[in-house]
Amino acid sequence: MSTFYFIAFLSIFFSILVISAKSPVHSILYLILTFFTFTIHYILMNAQFLAIVNFIVYMGAILVLFLYTLMLINLNKDSEPVKPFMVKLAAVFGAGILMVALVSSLKLSGASAPVVLTNPNLGLVKNLGKVLFNEFLLPFEVSSVLLLSAMVGAVLLATKDPKEPKATI
Amino acid sequence: MELAEIGIKFALVAIIFGISLVVAMYSTYAERKIAAFFQDRVGPNRAGPFGILQPLADGAKMFLKEEIIPTNATPFLFIVGPSLAILTACIASAVIPWGQNVVIAGKTIPLQVTDINVGILYIFGVVSLGVYGVMIGGWASNNKYSLLGAIRAASQNISYEISMGLSIIALLLVTGTLSLGEIAQQQHGWHWNVIYQPVGFILFLICAFAETNRTPFDLPECETELVGGYHTEYSSMKLGFYLFAEYINMFISSAVMVTLYWGSYNYPGMDFMNELLGTTWGPLFGFAVMFFKVLLFIFFFMWVRWTIPRFRYDQLMDLGWKVLIPLAIANIVVTAVVITFLK
Repeated sequence: MSTFYFIAFLSIFFSILVISAKSPVHSILYLILTFFTFTIHYILMNAQFLAIVNFIVYMGAILVLFLYTLMLINLNKDSEPVKPFMVKLAAVFGAGILMVALVSSLKLSGASAPVVLTNPNLGLVKNLGKVLFNEFLLPFEVSSVLLLSAMVGAVLLATKDPKEPKATI
Repeated sequence: MELAEIGIKFALVAIIFGISLVVAMYSTYAERKIAAFFQDRVGPNRAGPFGILQPLADGAKMFLKEEIIPTNATPFLFIVGPSLAILTACIASAVIPWGQNVVIAGKTIPLQVTDINVGILYIFGVVSLGVYGVMIGGWASNNKYSLLGAIRAASQNISYEISMGLSIIALLLVTGTLSLGEIAQQQHGWHWNVIYQPVGFILFLICAFAETNRTPFDLPECETELVGGYHTEYSSMKLGFYLFAEYINMFISSAVMVTLYWGSYNYPGMDFMNELLGTTWGPLFGFAVMFFKVLLFIFFFMWVRWTIPRFRYDQLMDLGWKVLIPLAIANIVVTAVVITFLK
């Protein structure tokens, strides 16, 4: 249990660093560390497959793309939009209200009973695959359609319209 | 786990670590000798007989060179880059099965550090993490050429990871397991996966070249366009780590290819040899056979480097996205159909 608290502390610590870091690239690097602590959480829960997929997909692919994009954009003090004082005030006020709402809702709701897994090895690849392709086959397939539509949308956005007149220089 | 077991694991880790470092060290020597052979030269021949001490001399030179951190670089990340590159190169070897169980003094010792049941995915994850070393180093140098090299490395690795993953999926349809230990066992007696998955193997091989940044895919350090690529600003042992990581990666990816496709430690006449040599030397002989196969692959990497010129960048992307990925998907479909009808 102490391992859990240590890792949970690290997750929160790194996520605070993500939003407080000055340079956007540093903030992405802290985000990578945050995701790494999530991987450790999954391993602690004996969910090996989720752990490794989190590792490959989030740390290995999505955040590489984040970093890639950030390196191409020139982010510095000159290009940063100037925010008026009222906007800053409104942001602080809004965030404060959100915190009050969250704290009160957490205080009102009682602690939920811990979920006891019937099969502690549910997270292993074999068991997970059986569950996904038997019990949850339809949601699983539908989510693949969602991904397909996202991909088609990305391709559509990336290809230029041939009918559009070319920009004159 | 008892104390003796932990001690054995530590010894095994130390041995594998040592072997990969020595292999990487002598790969630099082999690379120069092979290049010399292909270009009809002599190659390094001054340090020791046949220049055999050349890697040691190079290493000493690397350590003694002046340490330079550019003024405008981000100092911490500048050091993190090469460290991360060498770290990710070294940790991949943990799941590779190097041989059958060895019996020494009545104790059975598996020649594999850990047989996690998602072994292939672990290797895949470590490989995808490897690009951070290059990216962070390239960005922290605060140099346009370094940044361009880093960006090239990132897009190249991500593109080729996809077809690598797809080629592995076809392999998994054949093997039915993600554990490298089991895959190695299954290939006993000429059931080498390369016979069932020839297209998958070629795809994996091409992607391995791209993932290790070897010629013809060494665009991130293309010196005709980018001075030195992502390590332009690096000097001393930090540069050494980047170069070293490449050779370790080459060794590990050769070992992965041998394990997945070329029968791992299995060889013809294995059962006969195991009976002849006993339970201690038999598996160790299997390890030697595997090591020989790995060395052949390393030679192949070098052979290609000194034979085929570098791609142009758009050709690289076209090959990755328009040739390899459709081919890999077709391979999956064909494999799945064949397996369904045979069972």
